[in-house]
Amino acid sequence: MEKKNLKKLIEELEFKCVTGVNLLDKEPKWAYVSDLLSDVMGKAQPQMIWVTSQIHKNIVAVASLIDLSAIVIVNERKPDENMLKLAEEEGVVVLTSDKPAFETAGMLYRDLAPQPPKGKRGVFKRT
Amino acid sequence: MQMQFDIQGGDFSAAGEASSEVKKALKQLNIQPQTLRRIAVALYEAEVNVVAHAYRGTMTVDISPARILVQLQDEGPGIDDIGKAMEEGFSTASDKVREMGFGAGMGLPNIKKNSDEMHLTSTPGTGTTLEIIVNF
Repeated sequence: MEKKNLKKLIEELEFKCVTGVNLLDKEPKWAYVSDLLSDVMGKAQPQMIWVTSQIHKNIVAVASLIDLSAIVIVNERKPDENMLKLAEEEGVVVLTSDKPAFETAGMLYRDLAPQPPKGKRGVFKRT
Repeated sequence: MQMQFDIQGGDFSAAGEASSEVKKALKQLNIQPQTLRRIAVALYEAEVNVVAHAYRGTMTVDISPARILVQLQDEGPGIDDIGKAMEEGFSTASDKVREMGFGAGMGLPNIKKNSDEMHLTSTPGTGTTLEIIVNF
């Protein structure tokens, strides 16, 4: 599969980049959707994209500590100013999506999946 | 190497700063990424627990060539039932804290999973001490 960097992904999915514009050559690996910080801490893997509706500063620490490739804030939610400031300092990429979490995750799934889904409920393995 | 941090109860704006500092220091020491991640997760959860539940606390870090030993000591309400607190999904966090996405009852289980040793002792009404060891 052709590897995609964040820049290409943002263009295709019409996300807006609000912090870390110079860090978009990172190649994201899959994504994780959750609004529970400990859930993300415990389960998300390095270089994943984190889809969330949380907008406060603490999500930056989580993304930075476990080396996520980007945070996508969904549903046109406006990130908190303090959060954006910290994200710039820590080198965390924050993106926004004007779609709700389900649609945003769906678009990411289609884009990051290694192959098109097979069958009605195609669940495919990460490669 | 030793490091020490004060943690203020209720101050979510600073939550994670101590853990980030420790992670940065460890990065200089060429610790394996997988080990670094386990330490970062355990420390962050422990730091957030102090912020979410205690009045104030300290994080003391001792790094030797073989392992990292972290002690978190807080003054706070303490834990009535440690066995219950260790259960996944159990939390006494306030609604405000839960709205921020904390208090899912996964913090202590995450610490256990990501450490080699974890010792939790508490005196209800006085405070809690948590010791975490991760071997390199």
